[in-house]
Amino acid sequence: MNSENHQLLLRLGDDALILSQRLSEWCGHGPALEEDIALSNIALDLLGQARSFLTLAGAREGLNRTEDDLAYLRSDREFRNALLVELPNGHFGDTIMRQFLFDQFALLRYECLAAQRFDLDVAAISAKALKETKYHAEHSAKWVIRLGDGTDESHEKIQESLNTLWVYTGELFEPDTVTSYCTNNGLISDPDQLKSQWLESINLVLEEATLSLPSSEWMQCGGRNGIHTEHLSYLLAEMQVLQHKYPGAKW
Amino acid sequence: MSTKPNDWPLWEVFVRSRQGLSHRHVGSLHAADAEMALSNARDVYTRRQEGTSIWVVRAQDITATSPDEKDMLFDPANDKVYRHPTFYDLPDEVKNM
Amino acid sequence: MVQEMDLLKRFDAYIDSDQKIEAKDWMPDAYRKTLIRQISQHAHSEIIGMLPEGNWITRAPSLQRKAILLAKVQDEAGHGLYLYSAAETLGVNREELLDALHKGKAKYSSIFNYPTLTWADMGAIGWLVDGAAIMNQVPLCKCSYGPYARAMVRVCKEESFHQRQGFQIMLNLCNGTKEQKEMAQDALNRWWWPSLMMFGPNDESSMHSAQSMKWKIKRFSNDELRQRFVDMSVPQAELLGLTIPDEQLKWNEATGHYDFGPIDWSEFEAVVSGNGPCNRERLATRVKAHENGEWVRAAAAAHAAKVAKRKSLKTDAA
Repeated sequence: MNSENHQLLLRLGDDALILSQRLSEWCGHGPALEEDIALSNIALDLLGQARSFLTLAGAREGLNRTEDDLAYLRSDREFRNALLVELPNGHFGDTIMRQFLFDQFALLRYECLAAQRFDLDVAAISAKALKETKYHAEHSAKWVIRLGDGTDESHEKIQESLNTLWVYTGELFEPDTVTSYCTNNGLISDPDQLKSQWLESINLVLEEATLSLPSSEWMQCGGRNGIHTEHLSYLLAEMQVLQHKYPGAKW
Repeated sequence: MSTKPNDWPLWEVFVRSRQGLSHRHVGSLHAADAEMALSNARDVYTRRQEGTSIWVVRAQDITATSPDEKDMLFDPANDKVYRHPTFYDLPDEVKNM
Repeated sequence: MVQEMDLLKRFDAYIDSDQKIEAKDWMPDAYRKTLIRQISQHAHSEIIGMLPEGNWITRAPSLQRKAILLAKVQDEAGHGLYLYSAAETLGVNREELLDALHKGKAKYSSIFNYPTLTWADMGAIGWLVDGAAIMNQVPLCKCSYGPYARAMVRVCKEESFHQRQGFQIMLNLCNGTKEQKEMAQDALNRWWWPSLMMFGPNDESSMHSAQSMKWKIKRFSNDELRQRFVDMSVPQAELLGLTIPDEQLKWNEATGHYDFGPIDWSEFEAVVSGNGPCNRERLATRVKAHENGEWVRAAAAAHAAKVAKRKSLKTDAA
């Protein structure tokens, strides 16, 4: 079992799981009934992706861990999701901007992973995830445009969301041994290339949304190594409560 | 009926459940624009693979016959029984016509 | 001009011959009002009903349970939407109906004013509350108003998994540890009586029933449906190995039904009139979601208007 491969699966699984958990908090609280349903759909897609990747990670590591063991019995220091996806929902604009920045990244990542032939299990999961992500990316981009080019109030709000979230986007393209493993084996393009493609696609949308890219160069990283924001521990405390309270119980 | 400017208009949704069938009216929803209406329709009315194609149309853009005219419009077809194949009695020897 | 009397005659003839009334057909005002009241209450119940179960989505004990629960609560949003759409065919809009809900002028099913305290409540709600709802709703698929009947066909088709997933949660708990089984029994104890109340007041004291039966909006009486529900649930509880919290519950050979104890209608009245454990909280949550969404809805509307305007300018220029 190659540890970079394991790390990759955890990154993919944890990104999807934690973002799904955040989106599911919206269920029953959306700005319109139709949008409530849309956010739940996206949360469900992400949850499905998370389950596939975590199941594969568990099967390959040879420790007999299931998707639930990995989701419910790891501590926040063992999670490998990007910081971006664990941030609190904030208002609808914050949620949409977080989703947009992530979707555009996920789209590029899944395009690579679905096309490669080095890891066929990952390719199969990614091919399905890619279809779902195309829809998510369309949904979030359309909303960024509506809010950016909507009312003065919405413009101001969503620009503020972008400014706040921006520092968490660098981590998505941070090079390390896992990204080298991915690049060397043709799994995912190298981070620099990915980043320039990503910038190109988000710029198209931000321009239509009349929003401007923040100038901040400094980026907050850490999630890929298990150094998270303070928010993740609370998220996990909530998510894992029953598994901790009743160890070994079947539900 | 009062409609405030922030209310999203009503759209009627038509879904083709599989290739070879026509689109059928399945219900309605609210959306700010046509793209949103399509995307909402997908999430609301095809969560269980009920569709392969969706049409949406602003409810206010539909022109419909009035129930008051029902008799005038549809009753006259009543006595045109000769339009139906069963009107014609043919000898049994003529099969499958 | 057709006279009102003739219209009424034609309407009654339609109802008597089991034909559907459609949105633009003439209908007596009282029929329209009854439908708007009932359909919107039903829609409100669906979206308020998202909250007690939504309460456990983030804490579901396995990823599969999380997916199922999320899909189920999402279905409820869908059902609310189908029903608001059906109500809108009667000449009201959703915003007005929501406004009435938010101002406390509209009712919704009282069952959702009870708290969900443990995971077993997800099981009990699916099994009992959805079970009772299905019993109430299946006859509505044949109700005389076309758009309502069609919405209910859709709702019922989707609901069938809801009750089964709830029962399965109960089953797993009852086959689990001692603590899990206690959790299941506790949930049954708390949800049993409120579930019986879901069928509404006894027939002799039900305000709207007779007229609604005549109009074929309602097809069975409250007590009939309640009895059916009890008869269905008792063997299911036995299968789970749980005890229904009613000492007077007993099989009656003569009637072929279970006899059950009296319902505490004072509790029902209190919850209906706003004094249940979660009434204020549920409503406040909905109002907050709606108010927090105001700027979003306004932005989307403003954007759509801008795009339309740009398009028409382009067309004019061409």
